[in-house]
Amino acid sequence: MDEIQSLMQGFNVALSPTNLALMFVGVILGVIIGVLPGLGGANGVAILLPLTFGMAQSPGGATSAIILLSCIYWGALFGGAITSILFNIPGEPWSVATTFDGYPLAQQGKAGQALTAAFTSSFVGAFFAVVMITFLSPVVANFALAFGPPEFFAVYLLTFCAFIGTSKEPPFKTLASMMLGFALAAVGTDTVTGTLRLTFGSTHLLTGFDFLVAVIGLFGIGEILLTLEEGLAFRGAKAKISARVVLDTWRELPRYWLTSIRSTLVGCFMGIVPGGATPASFMSYGVARRFSPDGDKFGTGKLEGVVAPETAAHAAGTSALLPMITLGVPGSPTAAVLLGGLMIWGLQPGPLLFVEQKDFVWGLIASMYLGNIAGLIVVLTCVPLFAAILRVPFSVIAPIIIVICAIGSFTVKNAIFDVWMMVVFGILGYLFKKLQYPLAPLVLAIVLGDNAESAFRQSMLMSQGEVGIFFSKPLVGTMTVLALLLLFWPVISWLIARLRSRSG
Amino acid sequence: MSDAREGRAALRYKGAEIGVAAFLFALGALVIYGSLKLGVGWAEDGPKSGYFPFYVGLIICVSSLVNIARALLVRDADNKTFVKVGQLKLVLSVLVPAAVYAALVTWIGIYAASVLFIGFFMRWLGKYPWWKVAAVSLGTVVVLYLVFELWFKVPLPKGPLENLLGLG
Repeated sequence: MDEIQSLMQGFNVALSPTNLALMFVGVILGVIIGVLPGLGGANGVAILLPLTFGMAQSPGGATSAIILLSCIYWGALFGGAITSILFNIPGEPWSVATTFDGYPLAQQGKAGQALTAAFTSSFVGAFFAVVMITFLSPVVANFALAFGPPEFFAVYLLTFCAFIGTSKEPPFKTLASMMLGFALAAVGTDTVTGTLRLTFGSTHLLTGFDFLVAVIGLFGIGEILLTLEEGLAFRGAKAKISARVVLDTWRELPRYWLTSIRSTLVGCFMGIVPGGATPASFMSYGVARRFSPDGDKFGTGKLEGVVAPETAAHAAGTSALLPMITLGVPGSPTAAVLLGGLMIWGLQPGPLLFVEQKDFVWGLIASMYLGNIAGLIVVLTCVPLFAAILRVPFSVIAPIIIVICAIGSFTVKNAIFDVWMMVVFGILGYLFKKLQYPLAPLVLAIVLGDNAESAFRQSMLMSQGEVGIFFSKPLVGTMTVLALLLLFWPVISWLIARLRSRSG
Repeated sequence: MSDAREGRAALRYKGAEIGVAAFLFALGALVIYGSLKLGVGWAEDGPKSGYFPFYVGLIICVSSLVNIARALLVRDADNKTFVKVGQLKLVLSVLVPAAVYAALVTWIGIYAASVLFIGFFMRWLGKYPWWKVAAVSLGTVVVLYLVFELWFKVPLPKGPLENLLGLG
């Protein structure tokens, strides 16, 4: 099998001493980021991205850089579980469902079991997602090689319409947030004609808004402001994991194999669809509660209630990278930041990556296997250390996080103006979060705006302005119709509900 | 100052919703205006630069109007507290120093500004003794200097103080 051979080559790349060391550094940094309030996968990677600019220049450096950044992502996924279980504070939106049973377990003094279950099932979910990526992504990439501008635009359309169709937020807020992202992406030089636009004479805006600054502000500063409302102190349970607890829990976990499989499937599927990890964790918690014999005891501290959302969240978070590397369409904000990183390093994400940058792609996929093993080892052995970080008083940790965010914003383009923009995006993030404007479509639109626009304009050029081109061939037509269905899903489901209630 | 005052609503949801939607509407209008200036039609070589952003701006304006309308329909009984006075004070106690910090970076560089910012925070909000304040703020800055300037060779903005020390 070709995939196995390529994967072995990938392991060769990923197993170099430098890359292995970077993996552990990445995972440790990632867990710290995941544990700290105001720092998460997306903005943590965004802050550290500028540090890799130099690294990516050297031969093979881009692979090391993506390994470092993706391991930060895995670490952040693991870290989210620590805060949810010990402190009842979900470090990431997808760990909210983990608090339901994780925190009660910690209060009963079973924090060790809960953490072990969370980490292990995270690992299982991620592992199956990586296996899926290994075998599915070459197929998808091969398929996508034949894509022209209309097909790519249809994929973008599908991505963005999926946000409207699947998000819990009011559709018009999703739309406003997404379009704000497109507008911000349009500022600066028009990538097609090279003319300046929407800068309104400001020299600061010549290069446009940078999505990294937006991510750091929206998720970092916005999150700190939200955390502040809850007060300045964190109260958490004690964490101690001994080898005994780990082994005992591992002996108990196989009992939940069915839940694991279900959650993995839900996670893998939802991860490929954008915006996936958070709904995936909730969905799989719900499914597990319905099907489990102890379903009615969920929420009081059932291990199964930790297994379900963690497996799904990690499966989703990992499989979000599948559309990113094969199509250039990220499935989550963090994947979007990684995608932005690829573009900055001079790699064009998309199907050609599998042809032109074999070492890079397979090195990345191999590092996903190794990174998750590294992650599991790190979190199982160092939990008390990471939990101690959260005991640092907020009045010490908050200014340091803000300083790091500011440095991260500055280093993107060496512009102090961006530090200002970070504060502005922070306020926006705070208001948007409180008012239920989703942030993910906003970020994805800033990242993909230029690509989506040029795909659209190239298609329009091909067809001389006929919108019919998006329905001209079976493939592009199917995707467009599917996208429109998702776009109008809120209306459709409302109509269905009306009809049901009338007939009933 | 009583607790009742701290717990009072500084802003309710209706106001916040309308404020944010109106702000987005204004942004959308600005985008439409900028696009119209560029031309939203077709040139010989395809759609003009303003073609795409024009529709983006239009959708922002339309969806903001819908959001404003939805907010206006909220009944007073359902109009929950958006932010309490006490909460707003806490939020502002971070936001205002952060804004001042961003301004300071422009004048005195990121290192000196960070020392002042962390110091201010720990001293006024955390009520820490001066030696702890100094240790944490200076320590953080030294670590940042080592990581960014020396290890990753990423230069950060400096001010007169660094020049004086010969680090600029």
